[in-house]
Amino acid sequence: MEFAELIKTPRVDNVVLHRPFYPAVEGTLCLTGHHLILSSRQDNTEELWLLHSNIDAIDKRFVGPLGTIIIKCKDFRIIQLDIPGMEECLNIASSIEALSTLDSITLMYPFFYRPMFEVVEDGWHSFLPEQEFELYSSATSEWRLSYVNKEFAVCPSYPPIVIVPKSIDDEALRKVAAFRHGGRFPVLSYYHKKNGMVIMRSGQPLTGTNGRRCKEDEKLINATLRAGKRGYIIDTRSLNVAQQARAKGGGFEQEAHYPQWRRLHKSIERYHILQESLIKLVEACNDQTHNMDRWLGRLEASNWLTHIKEILTTACLAAQCIDREGASILIHGTEGTDSTLQVTSLAQIILEPRSRTIRGFEALIEREWLQAGHPFQQRCAQSAYYNSKQKWESPVFLLFLDCVWQILRQFPCSFEFNENFLIMLFEHAYASQFGTFLGNNESERCKLKLQQKTMSLWSWVNRPGELSKFTNPLFEANNLVIWPSVAPQSLQLWEGIFLRWNRSSKYLDEAYEEMVNIIEYNKELQAKVNVLRRQLAELETEDGMQESP
Amino acid sequence: MEHIRTPKVENVRLVDRISSKKATLGTLYLTATHVIFVENAPDTRKETWILHSQISTIEKQATTATGCPLLVRCKNFQLLQLVIPQERDCHDVYISLIRLARPVKYEELYCFSFNPKLDKEEREQGWTLIDLSEEYKRMGLPNNYWQLSDVNRDYRVCDSYPTELYVPKSATAHIIVGSSKFRSRRRFPALSYYYKDNHASICRSSQPLSGFSARCLEDEQMLQAIRKANPGSDFIYVVDTRPKLNAMANRAAGKGYENEDNYSNIKFQFIGIENIHVMRSSLQKMLEVCELKSPSMSDFLWGLENSGWLRHIKAIMDAGIFIAKAVSEEGASVLVHCSDGWDRTAQVCSVASLLLDPHYRTLKGFMVLIEKDWISFGHKFNHRYGNLDGDPKEISPVIDQFIECVWQLMEQFPCAFEFNERFLIHIQHHIYSCQFGNFLCNSQKERQELKIQERTYSLWAHLWKNRADYMNPLFRADHSQTRGTLRLPTTPCNFMYKFWNGMYNRFEKGLQPRQSVTDYLMAVKEETQQLEEELEALEERLEKIQKVQLNHTKVKSKQSEPSKHSGFSTSDNSTANTPQDYSGNMKSFPSRSPSQGDEDSALILTQDNLKSSDPDLSANSDQESGVEDLSCRSPSGGECAPSEDSAKDRDSDEAVFLTA
Repeated sequence: MEFAELIKTPRVDNVVLHRPFYPAVEGTLCLTGHHLILSSRQDNTEELWLLHSNIDAIDKRFVGPLGTIIIKCKDFRIIQLDIPGMEECLNIASSIEALSTLDSITLMYPFFYRPMFEVVEDGWHSFLPEQEFELYSSATSEWRLSYVNKEFAVCPSYPPIVIVPKSIDDEALRKVAAFRHGGRFPVLSYYHKKNGMVIMRSGQPLTGTNGRRCKEDEKLINATLRAGKRGYIIDTRSLNVAQQARAKGGGFEQEAHYPQWRRLHKSIERYHILQESLIKLVEACNDQTHNMDRWLGRLEASNWLTHIKEILTTACLAAQCIDREGASILIHGTEGTDSTLQVTSLAQIILEPRSRTIRGFEALIEREWLQAGHPFQQRCAQSAYYNSKQKWESPVFLLFLDCVWQILRQFPCSFEFNENFLIMLFEHAYASQFGTFLGNNESERCKLKLQQKTMSLWSWVNRPGELSKFTNPLFEANNLVIWPSVAPQSLQLWEGIFLRWNRSSKYLDEAYEEMVNIIEYNKELQAKVNVLRRQLAELETEDGMQESP
Repeated sequence: MEHIRTPKVENVRLVDRISSKKATLGTLYLTATHVIFVENAPDTRKETWILHSQISTIEKQATTATGCPLLVRCKNFQLLQLVIPQERDCHDVYISLIRLARPVKYEELYCFSFNPKLDKEEREQGWTLIDLSEEYKRMGLPNNYWQLSDVNRDYRVCDSYPTELYVPKSATAHIIVGSSKFRSRRRFPALSYYYKDNHASICRSSQPLSGFSARCLEDEQMLQAIRKANPGSDFIYVVDTRPKLNAMANRAAGKGYENEDNYSNIKFQFIGIENIHVMRSSLQKMLEVCELKSPSMSDFLWGLENSGWLRHIKAIMDAGIFIAKAVSEEGASVLVHCSDGWDRTAQVCSVASLLLDPHYRTLKGFMVLIEKDWISFGHKFNHRYGNLDGDPKEISPVIDQFIECVWQLMEQFPCAFEFNERFLIHIQHHIYSCQFGNFLCNSQKERQELKIQERTYSLWAHLWKNRADYMNPLFRADHSQTRGTLRLPTTPCNFMYKFWNGMYNRFEKGLQPRQSVTDYLMAVKEETQQLEEELEALEERLEKIQKVQLNHTKVKSKQSEPSKHSGFSTSDNSTANTPQDYSGNMKSFPSRSPSQGDEDSALILTQDNLKSSDPDLSANSDQESGVEDLSCRSPSGGECAPSEDSAKDRDSDEAVFLTA
């Protein structure tokens, strides 16, 4: 297919762009296969470069011959284009609509994007499972790498390589896979070096109504327990929901069959409930007409912060089991691809200092989200302005990032990255020139040959020039477990995401700059003083040597 | 002393509000000025000191098997939950505190016994730190339009006003006195703030006694004089900060508001800020929300909305913004009043001044602002904050709201204020503490009669002495935000106003961010200053040595090893990584302990070395850390029965979340 077919009017002059907090800009609007570009033809005026894939929804309006297109983006930005000429306006609108909803992944921008920077380190190879495993293998010999899923035959949503208990062979894994939703047999998610306790994750067991059991499954998860120890199974669904799942062939672990495990039910919402929550929240943030009480009411009604609280609480519970109880845990919900991953990854943020560094956080996303098979393509297909009929869109990843932000806000000195890093990840999960978040799992990514055909986000992010934008100047390595407060008073709306386009951030940006300046100046002085100290020490020893003979 | 029925009760338990399962055992002492709880734990002996004047309510709850619970709520939002073993003791403590918390004469207040070991001269100097006549000079007064009036000498015209007031030059004593007779409590229009740049001014007064049709020529002349004092504008705004309905109701009582037809060239405007009774109950509702045990997100947000507190804060801010705009953008003078002109008027005038003039956003300037718009203009501190036993209907968090407005602005303009959040919190604390004489009584006149300056100390001197603790590290005198008017967005941004966790939950350390950016940056700045000094010293020495070596003299330079920077962590590193004592000794909460980095860069700040120069606050400072007890926050699946595991170590808190 040629993009040209979709672009009936590639260029319109005298288009006026309206954005909040910027003066209106008049210029020429150009449509390309992947971008909407507005150029004012003045050298130093900012232009608009918008990826079609970032467009969530558009509205058109006409007043006489003047057409107006309101573009609502997946990053929640809303911009307005005034286009002279009804035909041009209609053409542009229909082109945008078509180009922003391309069916085929291979037509997406990452397959066309040619980087303008030199690749120092290929991000596709930055976080290989083998390397990640090496980090553990020095501490434990109880686990092994399994290649049972090499062809994606055992579990289509798992990566080719997974970490499993050493005592369980691949044959047993195949049997367990048949007993777990989507073939997602329990695998290692995190190993707590301090006490050897682990987080495992999986899909729900397929017990059904007649209480099917699987000896290999019981053996597998018991193999992770030390002698005389007990573990916890955290089911991210309420007991009620878990019970209902049995009717559809799913279910949960019966105490009778798993006597060494204690089951805990939490209730993290999923799917469209989260999507509706996001839609309501963004609506409330964009509506500036209501009064103070209405605002709080709508914030409450969106339930967004309720979801945040529930997810964080479950993650803290998981971390507490590991670090305080000294008990291993298995986490799953239904599929084990959404709420499960929110909990396992947040627990690691709390427990593991490495995951609070930039590299470590990237590794976490790679391991716990991308390789773990969170269906990014489905979940991030649309955002807050699109009322989808598919119902598979869900801001699961955004909720995770929001939870990380909440912890970051409570421990502002314990993270190597800053808020901008989280915002950047949000943006790229929804629309990107990079291939990292394409596809729903490793199997799909493999078929799409993303490694060969697209650039990895990490190749771009991990260059020093980019990294500096995402580095937290306050960071001081903190090797300890960090326990966030999950009380409502301690949780806040993430303004950097949700009010980003509705308020001027000028003064907050200035404050950030000032903070950087204070710290940079301190470092500069420190360096100077060190140099002088050394010089002085050298001079004084010379002095001493002259004296000694 | 005669009010203390029992000076000491042993085996009292102090209950942790967040996690009701945690309680510390200790001894409760009642002194003439404080309630003191001393922990039994021999290694910590943590002390909690509460001033009697901070006590807002005392509630005796139904006796249980473990003892008799006593709930003490404080005006600085501390909440103390004690369990006293014997009913009798509890009753004695209760009766004693009821009396101690409600002194009947000023002499009983703490400031008359508080002695910070300063000599007489130092104390007197303290009182001269903030000088209002200097402040009016700074505004550029007197000038061609404004003059100092002595009409209120010896409080002859208005007993709740100060003696020194600025009025328009054209307002004669006759006009002033005439106008005062037409105003509630004779609070005639007087200058609050003069905006040098364009001659516009903010004046304040009480409501006119207009009833349905009354007029007063002198009052009309007075307003005209204010208008004439601003050659740049041909009208003045008259802002009535009350809701229109309230103002209209006042007319029936012979009071009311200005009729635009009677006054030439005024633009009259209502701004609906609710009265003190509405505000009191709003705060009450909000505090109830804060007190909820493990509330859900909805409980909290719904309760916050329902309290209306942030709506009221916004109303005050909106009024301040309106006035600041009128003055700076339209160049028009504004007369502000409410009913008596000492509550809402004080709030609104001071918010507007703060927006207009960067001086008020400095440490000293802020003290001046409170001194000017609140203390000197007769805000009724004694009645509003219940220093002496009085009518509970007079109590209202009027200045608390102003302080919160400042905090909301600080959140919007992080570089614009010289002082930090701690400064606001300490001022709030001392408005209620009665430790210093500044906020005593209801007017200047009363304070003079009581000889406050001779008998008590000034808070301003105390804060100024410890100013290093109150500095905002992000403030830069030459910054764009620190100059000129603060401009807020014109669109109604409700989301701008946030719940002030740092104030209303400030004693719940578990709810506060675990690391403070402000403290971190302050430590960095302090180190930077030391580095600057060291750099200079090193350069000097280097130069000297090089000279000496050039001269081939073998004079050995002084052997003073440069002092190695030890970083800022005052906590003990050795215990930092031992979270095993989670259930027992909570002192070493991991996240507040210093990092294990190399010591040159160990700039970690912990709550433990939070600066708190305040004797009282530091004594109270709850150094106990709180690993979240998740059970209390979150109804974890009630479905699961207690496991054997958790039953085994019931003594440890760790299992709590499983059994909840």
